[in-house]
Amino acid sequence: MKAKKVVSLLTASVLALSMLAGCSAQPAADSADGAAESAPAAQEESVAQESEVAQEEAPAADGAAGQVYYLNFKPEQDEDWQNVAALYTEQTGVPVTVVTAASGQYETQLMSEMAKSEAPTLFQVNGPVGLANWRDYCYDLSGTELYSHLTNESFCLKDGEEVPAIAYVIETYGIIYNKALLEKAGYTADDITSFDTLKAVADDIQARKDELGVKGAFTSAGMDASSDWRFKTHLANLPIYYEYKEDGIGSTEAIKGTYLDNYKQIYDLYITDSTCDPSELATKTANDATAEFVNGEAVFYQNGTWEYANIEALGDENLGMLPIYIGAEGEENQGLCTGSENYWCVNKNASEEDIQATLDFLTWMITSDEGRAAMSQEMGFVTPFDTFTDEFAASNPLLQDADAYIAAGKTPVDWCFSTMPSENWKNMVGSALTAYAAGTGSWDDVVTAFVDNWATEYQLSAAAAG
Amino acid sequence: MEKAIRKFWPIFVLPTLGAFAIGFLWPFVWGVYLSFCRFTTVQNVSFVGLQNYANIWIDNTFTHAFFFTAAFTVVSVALINVFAFALALLLTRKLRGTNLFRTVFFMPNLIGGIVLGYIWKTLLDGVLALLDRPLLALDATAGFWGLIILMCWQQIGYMMVIYIAGLQNVPIDLIEAARVDGATDFQTLVRIKIPMVMSNITICLFLTLTNSFKLFDQNLSLTNGLPGKDSQMLALNIYDTFYARSGPQWKGIGQAKAVIFFIVVAAIALIQLRATRSKEVQQ
Repeated sequence: MKAKKVVSLLTASVLALSMLAGCSAQPAADSADGAAESAPAAQEESVAQESEVAQEEAPAADGAAGQVYYLNFKPEQDEDWQNVAALYTEQTGVPVTVVTAASGQYETQLMSEMAKSEAPTLFQVNGPVGLANWRDYCYDLSGTELYSHLTNESFCLKDGEEVPAIAYVIETYGIIYNKALLEKAGYTADDITSFDTLKAVADDIQARKDELGVKGAFTSAGMDASSDWRFKTHLANLPIYYEYKEDGIGSTEAIKGTYLDNYKQIYDLYITDSTCDPSELATKTANDATAEFVNGEAVFYQNGTWEYANIEALGDENLGMLPIYIGAEGEENQGLCTGSENYWCVNKNASEEDIQATLDFLTWMITSDEGRAAMSQEMGFVTPFDTFTDEFAASNPLLQDADAYIAAGKTPVDWCFSTMPSENWKNMVGSALTAYAAGTGSWDDVVTAFVDNWATEYQLSAAAAG
Repeated sequence: MEKAIRKFWPIFVLPTLGAFAIGFLWPFVWGVYLSFCRFTTVQNVSFVGLQNYANIWIDNTFTHAFFFTAAFTVVSVALINVFAFALALLLTRKLRGTNLFRTVFFMPNLIGGIVLGYIWKTLLDGVLALLDRPLLALDATAGFWGLIILMCWQQIGYMMVIYIAGLQNVPIDLIEAARVDGATDFQTLVRIKIPMVMSNITICLFLTLTNSFKLFDQNLSLTNGLPGKDSQMLALNIYDTFYARSGPQWKGIGQAKAVIFFIVVAAIALIQLRATRSKEVQQ
């Protein structure tokens, strides 16, 4: 009788234990946590598992102690990172795991990954505001080879003497245009050197749209979440840039909105000389705009160098990029908007070997032929490191335009949007812009969302921090 | 049989109890503790006391979300239950095609909330555009009624099934006796059927009440709180506090909101259960 009881208890505890084991056996499967409901996250899980398999198959290391775990931000480069990680493991024996967060889920996933015992050793932040979340996790990169190869101090984030984050890709945005269509309308890029000339050309194309066979001068300025960042973040950068420049500052806790009239000017142009009625913008997506541009239904498309893969169907010879002119003083010398929203950070809380392995991996990425080729040719990155000599220049024609503007002595516009107070601020501006476009809100609401909310957000964050 | 259960209960209880402890109890306790902390990741926390709770009302979004949620809950609970009960009454009559209709009404419940939200967003935006009205993302009133329509569509079928089960259990002899006594259809409904299905009403009210109060997926995909935060409900507001603001201080505030949210939902559900339970009759 008693023996039976013992047996039954044993069985029960084995059952319970096996279930516990079941929980811990799949570190990759729960990596998406809250995000697991969306399809992209599910894809990412399989990616995570694949890469772990790759890592296990790799030859055992001789002497290499650490390992690298990179939580990648850019889904479009996931495959390239997986390849280069496998290559590195093959050459050095150091296991490199690359997991890519689903689009829009990076912060969410980083938060859950960082809480694990096997936390990412390499992750990224999007700028000073993003760094605020992760400052306590960033290893000081000032003594590293990565830092010594930076071409310009402005491509890293500094905190006193420490360097918590270093940019690894420089991107550029502006108004991408279809050269063939522009020529068909009787213009070239040289005709557009200011807001007034841009408006004249766009208005003319809009007026003759049937004759030219387009639906509008600009692609739809979609305010769906997939596309609204082009206006609430990237376009909003220009008035902020000019204000900072005028005031000689690099960030502020209270924006004045000096150039908001110019912001209105350019946004008005986008929504009037457009392929669709402004009241429909709330539902227009990024795919809509891309499709309109690729199908030759619009001549201008505000976006960046990263969009190249989606629009290369038009042919390299047909693609060019113009600065976003907003009618500010001195804009004839304005270039494209160039900067970075991708900064590498090394996890300070990782073990010493892992930190070293991660730094070695990063050094290899920017100095070895394979690493440089992967970054410049496979991923198409322009990097801020001096090791990327001419043979490792990216082939993207939009980037060549960016270089051409710099060579012509134009001043690139900084990415000041990394100093925007929060996602919340951007969302409120986006919402106000959408309402303004549809006519349910006024421009004053946009100004309120832009100026008052900026200060409010900074004050709230400061007050909440106590 | 009972002897066997007494002997082997650990086999049946322990695995689920373990899962419950790991999947619910421990996260819950830890979550409550986190609401008193400042943190970026859940392992690396510093205790700050009641500061997070004091900061919940640092802006008025939580209050706004609360009233929006409350209004939504009242309307959706009323509509869903009235329609579900009416449908159940219709479909317990001896009509042709009853089973087909039951299946059709139940089916929306099988689709996930996120997907439903996006589908209805497209549909409703299409209708609003035809009517020349501002789209969902521009009009909180449209967003509110959109959510109501969506929830009704999704939940009515499910509640209907529960009511049908209840109505089928009403003893025929009671109804026949009432008929013999000369009761009208309406009297039979109010005096016999409704009291007899009171336990089903308890369940349905509980489910719709808590579902409406906790609504997240549908809110996120249908309106995402737009315009501004005007159509933001409590769960989305908590999510927003967590992720749309920068700095570790906001995580704790979001967590504190979540604890308050839990207390409110639990309190409302308990009050409702007590109120409707007392009206149930023993068969």
